[in-house]
Amino acid sequence: MTDEPKTTSPTRRAFLHGTAAAGAGILAASAAQAEGPDPLITEVQEWAASFGDPVDAAPYGTPIRFESHVVRRNVEWLTESPVSSINFTPIHALEGTITPQGCAFERHHSGAIELSKSDYRLMINGLVDTPLVFTFEDLLRFPRHVTTAFCECAANGGMEWGGAQLEGCQFTQGMIHNMEYTGVMLRDILAEAGVQPEGKWIFVEGADASSNGRSIPLEKAMDDVMIALFANGEALRKEHGYPVRLVVPGWEGNMWVKWLRRIGVYDQAVDGREETSKYTDLMPDGRARKYTWVMDAKSVITSPSPQVPIRHGKGPLVLSGLAWSGNGRITGVDISIDGGRNWQPARISGDAKPKALTRFHLDIDWTGEELFLQSRATDETGYVQPTKNALREIRGLNTVYHNNGIQTWWVKADGEVENVEIA
Amino acid sequence: MSKSRNLLIASALVTTLATPALAEQLGLGRPALPEEIAAWDVAVLPDGQGLPEGSGDVLTGEEVFAEKCAACHGEFAEGLDSWPVLAGGEGTLTDRRPVKTVGSYWPHLSTVFDYVHRSMPFGSAQTISADETYAITAFLLYSNGMVEDDFVLSKDNFTEITMPNADGFYPDDRAEVEYPLFRVVACMENCTEGAATVTKKASDLKVTPTDPDGKPAGTLPVILAAAGGETVVPASADVEAPASEGPDPALVAAGEKVFKKCSACHKVGDGAKNAVGPTLNNMLGHPAGKAEGFKYSKPLQDMAAGGLIWDEAALHSFLESPKGFIKGTKMAFAGLKKEEDRAAVIAYLATFSQ
Repeated sequence: MTDEPKTTSPTRRAFLHGTAAAGAGILAASAAQAEGPDPLITEVQEWAASFGDPVDAAPYGTPIRFESHVVRRNVEWLTESPVSSINFTPIHALEGTITPQGCAFERHHSGAIELSKSDYRLMINGLVDTPLVFTFEDLLRFPRHVTTAFCECAANGGMEWGGAQLEGCQFTQGMIHNMEYTGVMLRDILAEAGVQPEGKWIFVEGADASSNGRSIPLEKAMDDVMIALFANGEALRKEHGYPVRLVVPGWEGNMWVKWLRRIGVYDQAVDGREETSKYTDLMPDGRARKYTWVMDAKSVITSPSPQVPIRHGKGPLVLSGLAWSGNGRITGVDISIDGGRNWQPARISGDAKPKALTRFHLDIDWTGEELFLQSRATDETGYVQPTKNALREIRGLNTVYHNNGIQTWWVKADGEVENVEIA
Repeated sequence: MSKSRNLLIASALVTTLATPALAEQLGLGRPALPEEIAAWDVAVLPDGQGLPEGSGDVLTGEEVFAEKCAACHGEFAEGLDSWPVLAGGEGTLTDRRPVKTVGSYWPHLSTVFDYVHRSMPFGSAQTISADETYAITAFLLYSNGMVEDDFVLSKDNFTEITMPNADGFYPDDRAEVEYPLFRVVACMENCTEGAATVTKKASDLKVTPTDPDGKPAGTLPVILAAAGGETVVPASADVEAPASEGPDPALVAAGEKVFKKCSACHKVGDGAKNAVGPTLNNMLGHPAGKAEGFKYSKPLQDMAAGGLIWDEAALHSFLESPKGFIKGTKMAFAGLKKEEDRAAVIAYLATFSQ
């Protein structure tokens, strides 16, 4: 250490202060309003004078410690056991559209298992010409495809059905993630075994102790369902089904079976526990909708939101949010700042891929008055995201799943944000 | 089996990939053997496809249920804590708090058999024989008032049972009922009357997890702190343990993670109460069967009377194979196969023992 960092104390020069305030034209709390030269600029900082980490300090890196708040979170009272439970993606703290695997929500029915590629087997049987067993290496030899898709739990927002309940979009809309998958098409695997004419349904099962299983009609199986081997360019993480999970674009997350071990072809739906007792929608007449697979168009403003209060005062404010539809592409998102009375279109930022998260932004000049922020997605079928009340009029109050209603954030004059319902 | 290896021909044909019927087979994989299919294809379908040979009666089912299921579902299938209720609930499906049970909600009996056989007991799946599954299923029919106590369920009479709510389901009709209402040109101006007023606030309920400062958990930290740079919110795991001659903190931390598997049934720490399983405070190094107010299984009571002390060795053996160590234990958990997991969880439990 020969060069000592300079520690010249900043001289206070009043004219700079005045210039900064006049130049900005607003009185928002901001670093530009320094009462003198900013020592972070005028003084040589330690990181500007000495070494940082060498290469290989982290052969596989994790986020810098300043981002330690960007983690999945659980709501413990929701479930009896953490191995049959769910947590929530910190969507309030993310931008763009791709969800990093390490903070993408988890849903397990009997815990995330450790299954190696060498121990992995996939069986296809039932109404096929040749029941087959594949190894992981076999799967690597099928033609490979890439697709980006959102995976949303059918219960995302379920706690909000009876009224505003949780503070933050991580908890109200965070049972969702969006990844770029690479894998093989299910239709290619089915063709390899040869589906017989009586085969109308497949049943997919996981290798974990719950052997979570779901029935999928053959048309969907032959359409866009993928057997994923990679996510976001790397192997699936353990909690996302390493080494193999099913990707069922646009359809509820429970069908995206992890640790996929068997595909049975049948002439009928198996109607297992996860598609009768659970994941069915009880309607006001006491009967229930079943096979409610599609996740309808939905959106939410992720910033500001209860976990992202406005701290910079009035003036330029970026509204950022996510929109998605299980029926195709998002074609537009509207934003209201007055609780749904008047709307203006937001910008779609980046690509709007079908059945994938889509980012929208709107840049506004916040007057510092309270706002009732809402977003409303429209998809390529012309479906416009409804209000929660419009859904309740049809479905009553006893359904849990498929709440795709409009979310309201109450932005108060001090910049704090609350989850509310309004009339 | 026509495994043609005609990749070249396939690409030469330039078949349209959208027509899977034309897809060529690559000759990958190998035929599944009958024993393999029998081992993995345990699905039971609504029409009875897949039912194994066997039978079971209500009274046997009651015994098996008491041993393997009642720890969570209750002796009468009434459900303990928030574990699923399996019996009752008839006529509640239009109530504000519907009780969805096997009897009141499930449309098919096959689903009961399929699920119990493949996924239960929780933490010890695929340990229930076909006969036991028939017996448990018969007991659940009895618990729901659908059969008498002398009823015997078998592969032969299985499909004669019709569930009370068999007609209670219909396929998704959103496309007909909802989409026409919502596929409309969206209103852009003056869409509602008057100014919005708040009718419900999540903050009134106070059920959101919070950070130490009382804000909703995960609230973004202030970027421009008043002085001295950023405030770093430490992750909960970063809390430094005070240095002492106590157990290895890394092992305890590992044990805390492993214990998540146990926490479904067992509570530890200040104010921990008995749940499905007894509280494990002051367990390590103490005589077995001492959690006040907990109804232990008879075999455990007998071993406790015989002087069983939960020292590390005993706990290792028990955790490695609960049912091997205490035949007839109520603990449905299959055990911790990895020695390091057992050591870690024992170190963790030691921190709750004096």
